[in-house]
Amino acid sequence: MLITCPYCGPRDVSEYTYQGDGNRARPDAGSTDNQAWNSYVYDRLNIAGEHHEIWQHSGGCRAHLAVSRNTLTHKVSAVAFARDAGHRKSDRHRKSGGAA
Amino acid sequence: MAEYSALSLLKNAFSGNRDWKPAWRKPDPKPSYDVIIVGGGGHGLSTAYYLAKEHGITNVAVLEKGWLGSGNVGRNTTAVRSNYLLPQNIRFYEHSMKMWENLSHDLNYNVMFSQRGVLNIAHTPAQLDDFARRGNAMRHLGADAHLMTPAEMARRVPGLDVSKSARFPIYGGLMQERAGTARHDAVAWGYARGADRRGVDLLENCEVQGFIKDGDRVVGVNTSRGEIRAKKVAVAVAGSTGHVMRMAGVERMPIESHTLQAFVSESLKPFLDTVVTFGMGHFYMSQSDKGGLVYGGDIEGYNSYAQRGNLPIVEEVMSEMLALFPSLAPVRVLRSWGGVCDMSMDGSPIITTGPLPGMYLNCGWCYGGFKATPASGWCFAHTIAKDQPHHFNAPFTLDRFHRGAVIDDKGQGATPRLH
Amino acid sequence: MSPRRIDTGGRRVDRDRGIRFTFDGKPYSGHPGDTLASALLANGVTLFGRSFKYHRPRGVLTAGVDEPNALVTVLKGNIREPNIPATQLEIYDGLTVVSQNRFPSLSFDIGAANQLGGKLLGAGFYYKTFMGPVVGPLKGTRFWMFCEYFIRRAAGLGRAGYDKDSARYERTNAFCDVLVVGSGPAGLMAAKAAAQSGKRVILAELEPRFGGSANWSSETIDGMPAADWAQATIAELRERKNVRLLPRTTVWGYYDDNMLAALERVSDHKRDAAKGEPRHRYWSIRPGAVVLATGAFERPLVFPGNDRPGVMLAGAAERYAAEFGVLPGRKIAVFANNDGAYGTALALKKSGAEIVAIVDVRRQVSEAAHAAALSTGGEFLAGHAVVATEGGTKLSGVKVQIFDAATGALSGDPRSIDADCLIVSGGWSPVIHLASQAGVSPQWDDDRQAFLPPKPTQNWIGAGAFNGSFSTAAALSEGDAAGRQAAGETDGPAEELPNVDAPALQSNPAPVFEIRTSGKAFVDYQHDVTAEDVRLAHREGFVSVEHLKRYTTLGMATDQGKTSNVPGLAIMAEALGKPIPDVGTTRFRAPFAPVSIGSLAAERYGDLKPERLTPMHDWHIEHGATMYSAGLWYRPMIYGHSGETIEQAYVREAKAVREKAGIVDVSTLGKIAVQGPDAAEFLDRVYTNMFSTLAVGKARYGLMLREDGFVMDDGTTWRLGENDFLMTTTTANAGKVMQHLEYFLDVVWPDLKVHLTSVTDQWAGAAIGGPKAREILAACVTGTAVDNEAMPFMGIVHGEIAGVAVMICRLSFSGEMAFEVYCGAGHGTHVWKALLEAGKPFGLVPYGLEALGTLRIEKGHVTGAEIDGRTTGRDLHLDWMLSKKKPFIGSAMMDREGMTAEDRLQLVGIVSLDNRPLNGGGHIVEQANPEDPANSLGHITAACYSPALGKFIGLALVKGGKSRHGKRAFTSDPLRNRFGPVEIVSHHFFDPEGKRMHG
Repeated sequence: MLITCPYCGPRDVSEYTYQGDGNRARPDAGSTDNQAWNSYVYDRLNIAGEHHEIWQHSGGCRAHLAVSRNTLTHKVSAVAFARDAGHRKSDRHRKSGGAA
Repeated sequence: MAEYSALSLLKNAFSGNRDWKPAWRKPDPKPSYDVIIVGGGGHGLSTAYYLAKEHGITNVAVLEKGWLGSGNVGRNTTAVRSNYLLPQNIRFYEHSMKMWENLSHDLNYNVMFSQRGVLNIAHTPAQLDDFARRGNAMRHLGADAHLMTPAEMARRVPGLDVSKSARFPIYGGLMQERAGTARHDAVAWGYARGADRRGVDLLENCEVQGFIKDGDRVVGVNTSRGEIRAKKVAVAVAGSTGHVMRMAGVERMPIESHTLQAFVSESLKPFLDTVVTFGMGHFYMSQSDKGGLVYGGDIEGYNSYAQRGNLPIVEEVMSEMLALFPSLAPVRVLRSWGGVCDMSMDGSPIITTGPLPGMYLNCGWCYGGFKATPASGWCFAHTIAKDQPHHFNAPFTLDRFHRGAVIDDKGQGATPRLH
Repeated sequence: MSPRRIDTGGRRVDRDRGIRFTFDGKPYSGHPGDTLASALLANGVTLFGRSFKYHRPRGVLTAGVDEPNALVTVLKGNIREPNIPATQLEIYDGLTVVSQNRFPSLSFDIGAANQLGGKLLGAGFYYKTFMGPVVGPLKGTRFWMFCEYFIRRAAGLGRAGYDKDSARYERTNAFCDVLVVGSGPAGLMAAKAAAQSGKRVILAELEPRFGGSANWSSETIDGMPAADWAQATIAELRERKNVRLLPRTTVWGYYDDNMLAALERVSDHKRDAAKGEPRHRYWSIRPGAVVLATGAFERPLVFPGNDRPGVMLAGAAERYAAEFGVLPGRKIAVFANNDGAYGTALALKKSGAEIVAIVDVRRQVSEAAHAAALSTGGEFLAGHAVVATEGGTKLSGVKVQIFDAATGALSGDPRSIDADCLIVSGGWSPVIHLASQAGVSPQWDDDRQAFLPPKPTQNWIGAGAFNGSFSTAAALSEGDAAGRQAAGETDGPAEELPNVDAPALQSNPAPVFEIRTSGKAFVDYQHDVTAEDVRLAHREGFVSVEHLKRYTTLGMATDQGKTSNVPGLAIMAEALGKPIPDVGTTRFRAPFAPVSIGSLAAERYGDLKPERLTPMHDWHIEHGATMYSAGLWYRPMIYGHSGETIEQAYVREAKAVREKAGIVDVSTLGKIAVQGPDAAEFLDRVYTNMFSTLAVGKARYGLMLREDGFVMDDGTTWRLGENDFLMTTTTANAGKVMQHLEYFLDVVWPDLKVHLTSVTDQWAGAAIGGPKAREILAACVTGTAVDNEAMPFMGIVHGEIAGVAVMICRLSFSGEMAFEVYCGAGHGTHVWKALLEAGKPFGLVPYGLEALGTLRIEKGHVTGAEIDGRTTGRDLHLDWMLSKKKPFIGSAMMDREGMTAEDRLQLVGIVSLDNRPLNGGGHIVEQANPEDPANSLGHITAACYSPALGKFIGLALVKGGKSRHGKRAFTSDPLRNRFGPVEIVSHHFFDPEGKRMHG
């Protein structure tokens, strides 16, 4: 399997670490919505087909990548930096660090 | 249908083996059943068998999209053991072990359960203490376990590198003598034949394409062979759980599907008389009766339904094999294959009523489902028949994750690839 | 003797030179270029091995990688290499080979008695018996295991050795534009066309010689013998800088994203490998495009006695004659369902064999075939079939009968024909394994009676016989086109294709796979699967192709069904009354042909994982340390004095720390530089306690949870500057914590301005502790004071030791007045030595992990044994660290019902009441019952003899925890037969107020 890191170019899967399902939204840090937290930590879409997921280029630049990959064929269709891919929107842990 | 025995073999040999009957019927689907079991793998078939045998529920159909036993029951590395750490797991798997010990007789089908032992190899004193913790936990719940010294291990497992110069010298091991291996396909076939003989309809090439609901309640399934209704619909499709549950309207499950590769070497004269596992990585190996070394390692570590792995794991597994058995370098690997595992969020399974009314769920076996086959079916049948779990499977609920009552034998948390 | 070396043919062998080798101890001779099969045939040997189940005598069926019968074991000293096809084994001087699966000898094998079992031992017989009695001493699994003992000894092929293989295995990665697999006419043309475009080309050929079928074909290409054309083409390719030729290289796996795996047998054909030369080289190749020109395997026909030594595939016979100058018989009979074998018959006649008969299942054959048959001079029996073979371990004749190909009916009386060799052709199966691995199911083709490759799902192009295009002319043109396409050339052929002169013989077979009459007719030779076994599977309902395979073991042998899959399917299809494709086909799995396990481990063979050594490693070794392997690290366990036991050593070391001072290497601790304007904020989020309030120049102990609220790791973090922290983690979790932090920073909180750097290897660390520790530092540290004012508890200073800059933090794991001294890794030993030198007058001793463990148990500090991924902060009595002022990773999840339940295991201390050692991993019970241990309350996580307390103590995780303080319980450790009373106490055994470390 080959994943094309936006920094490093196409690299073998052995250079990457899978960091799991990219379809999960982390609740606000101070959220007390137990259901939302539980769902975020434990529940997975687990798509048979085009799947959004996070990989770290741990054997390279160590960036986290948001990857679209088909779980039936292993074909990667899109790669972007995870930090640009909108995951942060799901977390509004304010810089002040205060509880919400 | 005739009993299998040495006598029946002899009798049939004289008639040129022309009188053997099909091991199971190939019936057409009826419009409705008391219970439908989705998934004709090991667990689905054993569930059907025990529904009929233990609970007298015989108006049952097992729906299999391909051929019976085409899932992980026919793709695993055949180890049977109950050497777990946590009491919930030990109780359940030890119950399974006891069933294995009489399974061939129960099924009148030789599943070739061979109690040749499973030996976990420890490479540091701390790891051996860890194994002792586990072995003691087993002993306190009636399972067998004992420790072995490197010298004892060398005698039991010739070819094992017990030298001090090894990269990870062997410090000792945890042995479960009653553990061993079984012939995986025979387990599927034995349960299939047993269920069929008790009147269960085994419907092959019958793919579930949707669930029929009455409000929230599941009342049947649409299949490639038509609509089939049932009072109770049980799902036992490890590997495809996410996919099938989505058809029932359950979007998310505490499960990821991962591919696990397995390997078999060319056939050899007896080399390894027990099952061994490596302590400084993830590797396990036994030798089949045909002589092939059957072995495997880690899952691929990413979501996959492809039944196909890649080379990094291949290389890792072979390297670990040679770390234990350096003399096997010239031996050749014959075949590799992949199975799709339901990796749950704590590494333990789910056998439960629900999550929808009229539905029952059996899933999340990670890569340990084969050894669970008897107890899984037995407990699932109980759960379906009585609408409540048996105490053996009571801890294996679906809501344990949200409650924080996880059963995490490896202590890795909600990261399925690490279980 | 029937097979023999002839004067003609034999391009591959060097007749001028001789080679001596032994087979089953008997000396033989051959020539360079011979395979073991060709050399033994040349010596008149026909018996090569014994089959798996019935131990039937077997000869050699093929000349290649598809060989099911002739498997041998190669001996190199004590190193055994089992199951090598004689057809693939190149001989060399001194080669020692033994046959397999026979006792006591190949010609007299007791196991052959299994043949008498005959019908008793049909497919799946073992599922129906060996279950034994339901009651009595042999109930349960006993009887089966008794039987299994003998079954296992009878099964299996070659024997593996127990000695470490001394050979070297190697791995290499290759990249190219075009990988051509197979070097027959199609592959050669593809390589040539791709090479001409200037692209980087790799041509892989599993045989030692390039050229494939051109090497044994009697056709001509461009007016020269096909073999000459092939060698000329190869010579041309060899000259090109952009072409890499890989002989003896089997491409065995097609993985995701056009990744191919290949095995190069670098020195198997040599007696001694050259210096530095590996035995095998594993290639992982990433080509832009792949040309699959892997050819086709000839299929045998299924008829009674088709396994007798002397029966051989037609193409193999032709190959032995042309390539090796070996005739497989004098009087050769031919049995075919297609024209292909007629060309072979002509070639063999030309080589001096007598063709006694050509038996063809077809009543009508092409004119060309008819003409060819007549010119062989043999009896031509169209519309006939071979119904039996005669002879013992060697063929002496065949029986033929009139055959109706449409109905399969036999008629007339069988009659015998004398022959010492029967060559058989049942059609051809394209070698589509790699394409099948890479994608979907193959397609059945009625004309060719074969599965053709599926549509590509990866970037490959097929050519030649692989595509089912069996003529050489088609191979050349398809190869050329494929090579061009793979190289990205879109124009038509640049030059004319070579001319082929070949007889107009058609290789499409009649749809006949089996001659059905009495007698054992083998489908899978190696696994002894007969046509009757396939029908038995059908009768018992094992009709899907996977059930067929699994029930009968068809295609599961070392040849992986290369010759048996299609005939097996055909027989099942007939039994079912369905067309062959409706029965299905199995997907081929890697590897295409068996691959040495050593090659896949390559450099990791004998060297599984890198070793991590601290900067002071050599010093430890020189000073008598017993090293302990901890993950990849090596750490001193004890510095034992002569005559000391481990316990005596650690007690001495621990005592020295409490009484004077000790020093321990802590370089293995994970160290992460957390830097940037938001570093403090980041730490507040990842630790359960506050770090933003930490003063510069101070350190704090921190606790980290996973998202699910369970404890993940602990350690101290030092604030070196406003925006500059040095985090330490446990040795075991260093990598995991780093990834955890990186994930949150990069994925969850990318707006935080923080940079993380792993600096574990940049710092050497030594912890020095004990009542004399401060005095020792004072004696050797310059540039800073080390008194209480300069260095309060958790204070950090910068100074020098022996001229080297150091950073010192006053923190304590041992519970003593203690300091961690960090310096650049390269100076580690220098500083370590200086500290020891300074400590000499104070009685400073180095101590190892055992003493470290003892000191921490006395203090009740937790480590990985307690932070085992299942414990919460509360379980470990670290609730005081769970800040209520801020959210942190895990804070939302840590209070769920399961994690606050009453019956959770909680940390306690235990004291042995029988003054005997406790064991880590022992359990705790209220009442010990050695006969029937039960009702575990928990387990001991760590145990030691405490010199400070003069007792055997331990830490444990126990149900009820604190509520049991002061209560008596028992350790129950059946695995080590250790039972005895303990008292459950607080885990703070020693100096609970921390007076010593606070000074």
